[in-house]
Amino acid sequence: MMDSRGDGDPQLDAFAVDVRDLLDRNVANLYSHLVTRPTGRAVRIAIEAQLGELDLPALSLVDLSSVSILDFSCADEVVAKLLLARRDRVRPHRDVFFVFTGVKLHHREPILEVLARHELTAVAGGEGMGGAFELLGAAAPRQVEVWTRVERLGRVPAPRVEEVFPELRERRTVEELVDRGLIFRHPLRGDLHALRTLLKETA
Amino acid sequence: MKVIEVPETLDYRSGDRLVEALDGVESEQRCLLSARHLRWIDPVGMITLLGVGRELKRRTGVAALFQAPESGQVSGYLGRMGFYQPAGEVMDFEAPRRRGGAGDSDVLLELTRIGENHDVHAVVERVQERAGAILSRTLRYPPSAVIQFAVILSEVCQNVLEHAEAPGWVAAQSYNWSRRLGRHVLILAVGDLGRGFRGSLASRHSGRFGERWSDATALEAAFIHGLTRFPDQGRGQGIQQMRKQVRRWDGVISVRSGTARIADVPDWEDLPPLEQDLPMFPGAQITILLPERLPEDG
Repeated sequence: MMDSRGDGDPQLDAFAVDVRDLLDRNVANLYSHLVTRPTGRAVRIAIEAQLGELDLPALSLVDLSSVSILDFSCADEVVAKLLLARRDRVRPHRDVFFVFTGVKLHHREPILEVLARHELTAVAGGEGMGGAFELLGAAAPRQVEVWTRVERLGRVPAPRVEEVFPELRERRTVEELVDRGLIFRHPLRGDLHALRTLLKETA
Repeated sequence: MKVIEVPETLDYRSGDRLVEALDGVESEQRCLLSARHLRWIDPVGMITLLGVGRELKRRTGVAALFQAPESGQVSGYLGRMGFYQPAGEVMDFEAPRRRGGAGDSDVLLELTRIGENHDVHAVVERVQERAGAILSRTLRYPPSAVIQFAVILSEVCQNVLEHAEAPGWVAAQSYNWSRRLGRHVLILAVGDLGRGFRGSLASRHSGRFGERWSDATALEAAFIHGLTRFPDQGRGQGIQQMRKQVRRWDGVISVRSGTARIADVPDWEDLPPLEQDLPMFPGAQITILLPERLPEDG
């Protein structure tokens, strides 16, 4: 939980989940590939157990850089189901913000497929993205445009929100993106934060 | 004793001839499965042969006698493909003296039992080490194909675990079809003797088909429409993704279950897209053929 960092820091309890570490630890050091549904389920349950220990809101970094093979079943269990849990207003995941890093070119197809199937969107960074982050999955052009603006600015202080997003429809889109966990809004000050910048700030 | 002759060629096109021989086998009847004249067998044929052996044991209550091929080449090849070990679990036979398997092998993936999750991991691991050279040098696929092939393999093996509720086998090998096609072809076969697609989907989907419900409609539901017995929206994409990738590689994918077979067939192959009223064979058998890329494919 923050606040030891000072008033300017976002209230996020950040933790990084290296999926391979999790896999090694929780699936008995057997596999270096994320294949099969039971394996994906085990990884997701391990991540969820860690999330359960956090104060909310929380930022969860899921690092795929050590995963050489990701099949569709595992992508569904790990990526899609973690994000789907955010839709559940009862479960604590509602206030977890997920960032997927280390996404390699060959991870993209399974991830894009499961996101499309569930109409989900993820913030992801990795190979072929030139060090930048992008929205993967189901997003309307207006959502991509607004998200990209926040991403480029890194942080939009609350008093500047109307200046950066002068049109009402843009501010409504901001609300959608916050609701979907693709932008973080400081619960006290109302500043908007790109998840990318939170990774650095909470590292 | 009932003698069942294994055809001289036992491959992805001729397996049904062997399955037909199961008709009329009676309880407690001892059978001889004679592969004496076998001259050519591919992974689909091997898995069919094992399946027929296991089915004979189930129907008669006694293990069939298996007569190994007279051809040392064919027998040695079966040895290198790891056929005799699983065959020994379902049939009685005197193992050929030369089983092969010692030293380096050109086999892409030996016959491997798929019964648990870790079997899929082991298969993916093993094939990654060997598939690179075959996919890139022999089939001229791009380097990324190794991972895409491993994903296909994972999904196809999971089909056994998730839907069959019975163990199965997987095997793969590449061949030079110089006369038939003028190209190399990789053959991947997975088979089980579980409850099949009709059995797997029945409780959830048979109602909407009414009297039309059959092995063929069950295959269409899963293969074309991606239906599964699970309510979870994330399920059923394995076969769809396999179809998509196989199509990109201009390959064949076929699924046989019960009395029907459904397939995606490119121009170079003449299998029918849907076959019905085939001889009954339990479980599901998935065949994937991946042809060498032609220079004009880019």
